[in-house]
Amino acid sequence: MVKWSDFERAAIQDIFSKIDYDVVGRAAFSRCLIVYPWTQRYFGSFGNLYNAAAITSNPKVAAHGKVIMAGLEKALKNMDDIKTTYKDLSVLHSEKLQVDPDNFNVKLFSFYCLTIVVAGQMGAAFTPEVQGAFQKFLAVVVASLRKQYY
Amino acid sequence: MTMSLSAKDKATVKAFWAKISSSGEAIGADALSRMLVVYPQTKTYFSHWKDMSPGSAPVKKHGATVMGGVAEAVAKIDDLTSGLLSLSELHAFTLRVDPANFKILSHNILVVLAIMFPTDFTPEVHVAMDKFLAAVARALSEKYR
Repeated sequence: MVKWSDFERAAIQDIFSKIDYDVVGRAAFSRCLIVYPWTQRYFGSFGNLYNAAAITSNPKVAAHGKVIMAGLEKALKNMDDIKTTYKDLSVLHSEKLQVDPDNFNVKLFSFYCLTIVVAGQMGAAFTPEVQGAFQKFLAVVVASLRKQYY
Repeated sequence: MTMSLSAKDKATVKAFWAKISSSGEAIGADALSRMLVVYPQTKTYFSHWKDMSPGSAPVKKHGATVMGGVAEAVAKIDDLTSGLLSLSELHAFTLRVDPANFKILSHNILVVLAIMFPTDFTPEVHVAMDKFLAAVARALSEKYR
């Protein structure tokens, strides 16, 4: 069972209450596809991902950014049992999507791209302690997504 | 993952660095502060400091030192391996920093860049800087074994 301090709970809720899901979802997912281009492997049906401009203006990318943020919101609303909440999502990623669980995609998207985009949105309010709380939340999310592999 | 820097990457890094270099010390201090808070296992390298809290004197001083190294890397971007040779020896033989930590510090530098330069830190700049910091980490790891 993951233990959240009062500070962590408040910090994480605060972040999600302040960010624009559409903006952040699209920006973070775009960055993942741009900064780690091998992740495009999983999105062959998305059309033009040829360069950064194409990716950031691609409507399927924007739509998928929203899907991901909706998934994160589920975790936010069930912070005390993300593992159970994510059981079906984990199965989806492992069996249907066959995302490489080890380093790629999930970790790259969440730890690196999403953290960086949220930092940019929140500015100085994204203090080291707030960053710590947010990255802990993402770590639990990643672990829960990996739970149903094998 | 050995991905070399293209001419475009180098140009992007140099242009961005020119914009941000005057904030080098602030960037270093903030990145280091974040690393120590978000990845507390990294504190092990600094147990000789009286104060490891964000913005403390030792953190500020060391942040400046680290960014001085990054500045040197930008200047020697065309041959990082030979350019950072003595820094690599320092990290390998004296400091013995586990190279896994280079990625951690790089991530925190990028977070600080996103906060301090929200309009300039575009996805294109992000990928160039990520590649650059990875190349610096590789050059620093050269002498390890």
